[in-house]
Amino acid sequence: MTVLTSPPAVDTGPRHPAPGRDSRRRKPVTFGGVASSTFLWIYAVISISPLLLMVSNSLRTTQDMAQNPIGLPLPPNFASYQKAWITASFDTYFFNSIFVTVASVLLSTAVSLLAAYAFARTRSKLFGVLEATFLSGLMLPVFLAILPLFFLLDSLGMVSNLWSLILVYGALGIPFSTFVLASFFRQLPIELDEAARLDGAGPFATFWRVHLPLVKPAIATVIVFRFVPVWNDFFYPLILIRDQDAYTLPVGITRFFGEYQTDWATLFAGLTLATIPLVVLFLIATKQIVSGLTAGMSK
Amino acid sequence: MSAITSRRTTRTGIALSRRAGMVFVLPALVLFAVFILYPLLTALSYSFFGWTGIVRGGFTGIENYVALFTELPFSTDIPNAFLHNLLLFAGAMFFQNTVGLGLATLLHRMSRFKRFFQTMYTLPYLVSPLVVGYLWSLMLSPLFGPVNSVLRAIGLGDLAKPWLGDPATAIWVVVIVTAWQWIGFPVLLYGAALGGIPEEIDEAASLDGAGPWQRFRSITLPMLVPAIGTVSVLTFIGAMEAFPIPYALGGSQGSPAGATDVLSLLFYRTAFESGSSNAIGTSSAIATLLFLFIFGVSMLITWLMRRAERRLY
Repeated sequence: MTVLTSPPAVDTGPRHPAPGRDSRRRKPVTFGGVASSTFLWIYAVISISPLLLMVSNSLRTTQDMAQNPIGLPLPPNFASYQKAWITASFDTYFFNSIFVTVASVLLSTAVSLLAAYAFARTRSKLFGVLEATFLSGLMLPVFLAILPLFFLLDSLGMVSNLWSLILVYGALGIPFSTFVLASFFRQLPIELDEAARLDGAGPFATFWRVHLPLVKPAIATVIVFRFVPVWNDFFYPLILIRDQDAYTLPVGITRFFGEYQTDWATLFAGLTLATIPLVVLFLIATKQIVSGLTAGMSK
Repeated sequence: MSAITSRRTTRTGIALSRRAGMVFVLPALVLFAVFILYPLLTALSYSFFGWTGIVRGGFTGIENYVALFTELPFSTDIPNAFLHNLLLFAGAMFFQNTVGLGLATLLHRMSRFKRFFQTMYTLPYLVSPLVVGYLWSLMLSPLFGPVNSVLRAIGLGDLAKPWLGDPATAIWVVVIVTAWQWIGFPVLLYGAALGGIPEEIDEAASLDGAGPWQRFRSITLPMLVPAIGTVSVLTFIGAMEAFPIPYALGGSQGSPAGATDVLSLLFYRTAFESGSSNAIGTSSAIATLLFLFIFGVSMLITWLMRRAERRLY
């Protein structure tokens, strides 16, 4: 919990005249400098306050919220978390989400690494067509394929099985992951392959020993970057998971919202629980997220 | 997206034989073919058949498509939902290319707090859209939602209203919440593009007597075009596929009175909640039309941006 409320600058900002200070490094404080800092701060408050409110309200009681809609969680009350986690089965949803996300991201990253290496190191029409086919997947509406997918998984007896989600997300991750990884592999000089071949390494050994260590930053970017949409996805589990024990967090939340309508404290606690893992991931890997968002976009 | 469609030729030569390459591509190809390509092509074919429940009937040509435009409820629901998707796109574009670009420009000149502000703006993007939708529905609740309390506290009590209960304001809530969640994306992308502009050019132009507007028009804007193109295409796809936020704010029916309905909700209802015997045929037709529309417009935006880039340089 402290993770979210930890940036102390959030609290100190409005009280100190600090915003103007960063522009004082080379030039004196100007009206424009103060105005732009003010704008940055105002938007930072707009951006973050709903999330802070979510965390703060999750530590208050519903009764307290009904009496004063705006208020601080003093003293903090953690009872709602226990209720959301145990009574509302968030523990089940949470572990299902973790399992599905980790497994599917690893799956799509592994197969995309192999494919991207092939795209970067071959020159033929066939591979060009294959690569273009993968990339076209970036523009497909998510729900277009859902009906046949449902029938396919149903005929395999895999509806409500977490592995069905893992395979689907694994496939959905291929376009983005291949795109990012292939652009990294293409930056590695061909001399590496030639040298490895002279040393007697076969294609797989060259890939495994020479290239893989060199694209580690790209792998991190792809993993972090696929984690977010898979963790947050709601559409596929809504349709492919019928059994409550196999719900992932987003589907669990819709059910939970229907059940706990008036129990605001528990609702806020549940929403916070669903958000914590990604915020932690973000704080660990800000750099990867920033570079991932802009991957391959800059010329 | 511009980078995706223009495949740069690289110095890398051929290091893999065709056969070895095939072995490398195979796992991804199998996964992609079974879970994306096959369902996709099948989905397209579904829309040309009549259905009785999950039993496929005879080939009906474009009958399902005709039904979408001539039969109720589709003939009223589709334009209504489509308009809301377009509003989402327009609202997000406006917000990202004014506020988002403004924030990126201000941050670009900053040195010390840059990362901190970037984090602040990016955090909403990380939260599940469904969580975002439910969070705002609680905040805007007419009962004891904090938004209305704040309005009352600062003397704007007249503005306090049941935002999500009123058809006139509900769709705007969806638009604003979506734009709010996405803002970090243009801030980062435009930030990276601005960072890619060599300062020397700007300084040289300034020494030559170019004013700030002229410098923006002749240097910054052309350099930003690829980023603007990328943001536009991805925002367009996102707006056309919007599902979790409208679902959380207005339920699967697009309440109140269809005011928050969007195409993906319409597809979902038609396929899974309508109970009509030809649900699969008509919902597949909706999905196919949307796919063609998204694909066509994405290509168009990419092409327009390329042309703009050539013109501006």
